[in-house]
Order: sequence, then structure tokens, then C-alpha cells
Amino acid sequence: MSDVSIRVEHISKRYSLGEREPYKSLRDVLARAASAPLGWLRRQNGASFNHVPADFWALDDVSFEIRQGEAVGIIGRNGAGKSTLLKILSRITKPTRGRAELHGRVGSLLEVGTGFHPELTGRENVFLNGAILGMKRQEIERKFDEIVAFAEIEKFLDTPVKRYSSGMYVRLAFAVAAHLEPEILLVDEVLAVGDAEFQKKCLGKMGEVAKEGRTVLFVSHSMAAIERLCDVSILLDTGKIRCLGPSAQVVQIYLQGGQQTTLVWERTSTATEDAYLQKVYVSDEQGDALNYLTTATDVTIVINLCIKRPMSTLRLSFGLLDRAGQQIFGSTPGDCGEMSPTEAGEYRAMVHLPSEILMPGYYGIRVTLWLPNGGVLDSVDGMQFLVHEGVSLATSTPGGRVGLIAIRCDWDVIKTSKKIQV
Amino acid sequence: MNLNNPTLNGSIEGQVAPSLPVTHIRPPSPWPSLRIGEVWEYRDLLFILAWRDIKVRYKQTTLGAAWAVLQPILTMVVFSLLFGGIAHLPSEGIPYPIFTFTALLPWQLFAYAMTESGNSLVANQQLITKVYFPRLVIPLGGVLAGLVDFTIAFLVLLGMMLIYGVPLSWNILALPAFIFLAVLIALTVGIWLSALNVEYRDVRYTIPFLTQFWMFATPIAYSSSLIPENLRWLYSLNPMVGVVEGFRWAVLGRQGFSLPFFLLSIGVMLVLFAGGVAYFRKMENGFADNV
Repeated sequence: MSDVSIRVEHISKRYSLGEREPYKSLRDVLARAASAPLGWLRRQNGASFNHVPADFWALDDVSFEIRQGEAVGIIGRNGAGKSTLLKILSRITKPTRGRAELHGRVGSLLEVGTGFHPELTGRENVFLNGAILGMKRQEIERKFDEIVAFAEIEKFLDTPVKRYSSGMYVRLAFAVAAHLEPEILLVDEVLAVGDAEFQKKCLGKMGEVAKEGRTVLFVSHSMAAIERLCDVSILLDTGKIRCLGPSAQVVQIYLQGGQQTTLVWERTSTATEDAYLQKVYVSDEQGDALNYLTTATDVTIVINLCIKRPMSTLRLSFGLLDRAGQQIFGSTPGDCGEMSPTEAGEYRAMVHLPSEILMPGYYGIRVTLWLPNGGVLDSVDGMQFLVHEGVSLATSTPGGRVGLIAIRCDWDVIKTSKKIQV
Repeated sequence: MNLNNPTLNGSIEGQVAPSLPVTHIRPPSPWPSLRIGEVWEYRDLLFILAWRDIKVRYKQTTLGAAWAVLQPILTMVVFSLLFGGIAHLPSEGIPYPIFTFTALLPWQLFAYAMTESGNSLVANQQLITKVYFPRLVIPLGGVLAGLVDFTIAFLVLLGMMLIYGVPLSWNILALPAFIFLAVLIALTVGIWLSALNVEYRDVRYTIPFLTQFWMFATPIAYSSSLIPENLRWLYSLNPMVGVVEGFRWAVLGRQGFSLPFFLLSIGVMLVLFAGGVAYFRKMENGFADNV
């Protein structure tokens, strides 16, 4: 017997954008049929109709093979087809073309707590959810204690889950799923929920599953999780496999291809003011432009500007913005004794951000040329970029830390007494 | 093993020791197939979904199980006052409340099961889009939940018969067959409705109307002996006529029950059932995309 676990051959899936049928209500269908029986008949015969359905291929001729015991990551941007692929492999929806073969029992975990009913108790939901995920009753009974211990909710077993905190809810839901014992496990981004400690436990559990020789297919946006868990990864791009190989390489390719990111701004229109910005871009310490950023990157912002005539009070400033465009902090050359340029000429300013202050997520940049009494001469704030997870201060706390930026503070922790005096 | 059967797409094709079960995934086949066996494999899920429906319903209502009794009793009281007391409809020598209550039991079972299964796919869309199982399990589970209410209400009927001094007939041994039939009819209609409901959302609003009209086309408040003889065959196309008559015959030992008409309605129903399952199976490929 071959040791192929999942074989996918030329799988394609077409979705119709908008409405596939021009009418979705029975009333409309009847009304149309009654008022225009000829038109209705014509449509039945396949003749053209003024409605043109827009098709969209969520997956387009995807083929690959996964061997037993492999943990494979699937990455790609939103809409790349990751979830569609999992849905097809877990038989929730059928492919439009192509075929696939899965050897072994399949457990799919596209969501934590599928089918949980808020009115039912924790105990009842374990049985309900277990059955929904495909466990037999005896199997659930056998593993019941283990599940409850994993979820750490012993005390609340007979409380309706609607009274659970969201953390407890997720823990219980994942605990049930983690005790599925299929040969093939399909997992979609379920670790995005739950507290950091528990996420770590879940990742650990999934790592165990993979080590036991079972096949894991894991969709995630967390590159850190993918690299930790999967030896091999598949990068999907608009429904096609862009590359397939060792996770570290595939992740690298994915991060470089990030299109949501604007790391360079350049003037395209002619400036009207006497001082204006020419180009702003994100670079490394040497001033070479960067294609992607991680939290570990030492970031420098390079600002090229032009002054046509001397302006003694001209100010240059820089601000780091959060995802919503709110300024997190601002900075000017004066902060470290440098002067803002005032003479005519072309300038290059470089802002070196303190190391490891960025968190994973989106940031923006604002650069402004202004006069204290004359307002803003020129400003750039449309640049937004994604900072990927890297090994840095921001990601040193398991599961990441909270906040807009990470700052290494000076701490002093000293022992003041050996005895505890109450 | 049906490895070469083209209609078995997407199903688990049994376990071949010692190798692993193989799941084949293929595009939807144009040929509908029933694949009832697959539903049997998922019976654990079926029972737990039915159990969930019952449990949740009784937990959310203050009166709980009392609803199972109150609904048919109140209907019976209204019918007894209107049709028995004011309109003086004949009830074949049986106290009118008993006469109508005996018919209300299978009717409530049917109406509940039909409504539940008709709405079941849309109500469970969260499951459909996240987990695989034969979709037929969902309307089936909705039907099963109705049986619990029925059992409770049936005990009330026995109590009423005791009070009114109406003797029980030995025909009651045939009752399970009629119960099964009521469920099967509900399922037939429910399967059609549930699949249509995914495609056309306004189907759900037609369900209460359908139930109401259907009730008056069924001899619940009146005796089918009121129907002119030459129209009886048409009347009997309604499969619930056979069930209700059968109930009266089984519980009360009444003669109104006519076998040929009964067989006719069963025939109609079986055709509809096979059609419903085939339609459902055909539509089920798209449920997850459309719900």
C-alpha cells in the first residue's frame, strides 16, 4: 500500500458572484413565470438572459500529494482559496472539477465549537459537539474525563455554556476537537481565538498529533505557527498553487509578496509649495528599501525632500500611526539635536526607529513639512504596511503582548527581605 | 464494495481491513442517488440532534413539557365547543372531545415534524457550512423530536378515555404502523420543504399556511363520512386522511377506515418520498454554498 494520505488532482471550484439565479424568492419566480411565461420558457431552454452571472474560480486546477504523517501548512492571502480547499477536502462542498482521495478517517476543524448550543451544559455540549465532529458515543464517553481535564472546566461542567466566559467556551470547544483521533486532521485558523497560554497548549497538542503519524493540514495566517508546526507548506494565490516546499522557504516567499503593504511613496504630481516631499520609503539601517517587515527588523524611514527657497522656520516631523491612522508618537530632528533643514536644496533625512518597537500588524507613517505660523506645506500619510511576526520583544510573550508598540523598559527587581512581614 | 459505482461520489466506501477507509471526492454527479446507508452510519449524530432539539425546547420554555399537552388539549377544547357544541358535527357515537383528540394526536405529530424538518436546514446552517455529514440527518432529527411530544399527549388521551369510559380497542396493536406513517409523511413534506427553503427563503412563510389548509383537508374536526362517496378517492389522495382514520380505527375501533383508499394514499406518499429524497440529494451538493 502506498503511504499517500491525501491526493488532490486538478481540483477546481467555481463560485458565482452575486446571484446565480436572478431570483431567490419563490414569490418572484412565480410572479415572473406568471407575467412573462415566454421569457421564463426561453430561459429554461438555456437562451441568453439579460443577467450575466459573474463567475469566480476560488480554486483553479490545484494538485498535490501529502504523505502519511506529514504536517502541511496552507498559507495565502484572504480569498486565495485556503478555506475553499479545506471545505472541499472535508466534503462540506463539492469541487466543480477534479478529484481527491483521502486515506483514513477525516476530522475537520473549521471552527471551534461548531454546533455548541448555549442553553446546554458543558457536559451536554461535549457529547453534542463530539458527535457533530464525527465521534461515536462510546469514544466520547471513553475520553470524557480527558477532555474535561484538558479544558480545565471541571467545576462548570453542569453550567449552561451561555454562562461561560469566552475563554472557557473556547477551551472546552478545542478540547473536544483535540481529542478527535482521525488519521487526517484538517484545521482552519482555529487558534486565532483563546488566550495565549491556551493557544500554546493547542499548538502543542497539534504537534503531538503530527508526531503520532497522523496527517495534519493546517490553514493559518500566523507564520510563526506554520513554521513551528509544519514541515511543508503550500502557498495559494488566487486559487492556484504558487509554491510548495519547506515551510521556511514558502513563508519567506509569502512575506515578500505582501501586496497590502505600501512601503514606498513617491511624488507623482508637481509640487506647488516652496518646500515639498519627494519620496518617503521604509528601509533597513543602510537605507536600502525593504520589501517586507517583521517585528525584528531594524526600521529606518528615509525622507527625500526639496526646498526651493530658504525658510528659517521650516519644520520636518515624522509620526508613527496605528492601523486606524491615529498617531502613536511623533518625532522631529530636534529631538536629538539635529536641525530641520532651512536652506534651499535637496535633502535626505533618515529616521531610525528604536529596535523592536513594532508589534505584528498594520502601521502607518506620517511625514509633514510645516511652518509654526503658516500651517502644513506638504504631508504624506497614506503609507500603510503590515509588520509580520518575527522573533523580537513584541513576540517574546507567548501569544504576543497587548499594546500599540513594544518598549523595553528598565526594570529593577530586588529582594527587600527574606521574611514575609504581614 | 461499490468502488465502481459512479453514484457513490463523496461517500465513505466502507472499511477494507487492514487498510484505511478511503474517501473519494468528485464533482457532483448528475444522477441523484439515495444513499440511505450513509445516513445509518451517522445515526449517533441523528439521535443526538433530536435529543438536542427536545432538550433545548424544554429548557427554554417555562412550561416545558406541558406544551406538548397544552397544545392539543386547547385545540380540542376549541373544536369541541365550535364543531361539537355549536355546529353539532357528527362524531360517530363517540364523545366529541375523544373523537377529535384522537385525530389531533397524529396531526400534531405530523404538523410539528413537518415544520421542524422544513425549517431544519436553514436553522442549522452553521453546521452545514462547517461540518460534513449526510444532510438528510438534519430533517430526520427534526422529525424524531416530535415523537416525544406525541408520547406525552398520547398518555393524556388514555387518561381521557378512562374518564369518558371509552373502551380501548385491540386494534391499538396496529398503532405503531400509523405513527410510523405519520412520521414518514411529515418527513416527505419536510424534506421537500427544507431543500426548497435553502433555495427560496420565502418557503418558510408558506409552512404555517400549508399546515392550516392541510388540517381542514383532513378529518380532524369532522368525520370523513361527511365527504360525498364519489369524491372519496380524491379526498384520500391526502395521505393524512388514511393516518387519521387509521388512528380512530386503532384506538377507538371505529369502522370509518377503508383499506383501498388507505393504500392509495400510501402509494401517493411513497412516490413523493422517493422524489423528495432524490431532490434533496441533488440539492445537497449546493447547500453549503447557498445557505
